[in-house]
Amino acid sequence: MSLLVNKALAVGSILLQQSATDWRECFQLAGNGLVASHRVTESYIQEMIQAFEELGPYMVIAPGIALAHARPSASVLETGLSLVTLREPVAFGSVNNDPVRLVIGLAAVDHDSHINLMAALSELLMNETKVNILLQTDKEPEVRQTLS
Amino acid sequence: MKIIAVCGMGIGTSVLLKMNAEKVLEALGVTAEVQAADISKAKREGHDADIILTTPELVYQLEDMPGKIVPIDHVFDLIEIRQKLSAALS
Repeated sequence: MSLLVNKALAVGSILLQQSATDWRECFQLAGNGLVASHRVTESYIQEMIQAFEELGPYMVIAPGIALAHARPSASVLETGLSLVTLREPVAFGSVNNDPVRLVIGLAAVDHDSHINLMAALSELLMNETKVNILLQTDKEPEVRQTLS
Repeated sequence: MKIIAVCGMGIGTSVLLKMNAEKVLEALGVTAEVQAADISKAKREGHDADIILTTPELVYQLEDMPGKIVPIDHVFDLIEIRQKLSAALS
């Protein structure tokens, strides 16, 4: 199942041990990963930031894990993910799940076609051992191996 | 039984909530239709939902809906989802 996640993380989408001071910088990093891997255009980053401004820190979906995303829109070229790990944890303002150490960027072309990918992502993020490897490594091959 | 899983965009959290709720319901032996939706779709189509699954930050946006609101803190925590869903179902 993790293989789907691995495929969704195209070249350029993995950013390890990054430094950020607030949620906005984290979203920018996750957005950069989606732009670099040709999943979205630049404007998607602003859409993600706007979504967070409107709806607040609900995107911090589990302890230490944020899912940065916006609605399907014309800015989305292809469904895909980015993965950002943070050297220092960042507070997003989530009552239950702060601080964040792992940010997954998500772009989807519609509401349905990424369901299998979400199932795979869910399975991965439930696996504490794998998440810990992702959080600790600074080597992309190790991430790829964990997802294979 | 109809359950609607709600988040801001309708592609992330609600989809995860729907999948994990389905796992829990299967384990509990409960037959229910679970739908994922963003807030506006939930308000439009969710008036017949018995249970509304969402995250704590979005509860205030859904309070005028007739179904029972069940906020989930940790969308991957099947134990939390199971406890809260069982309580809401009983």
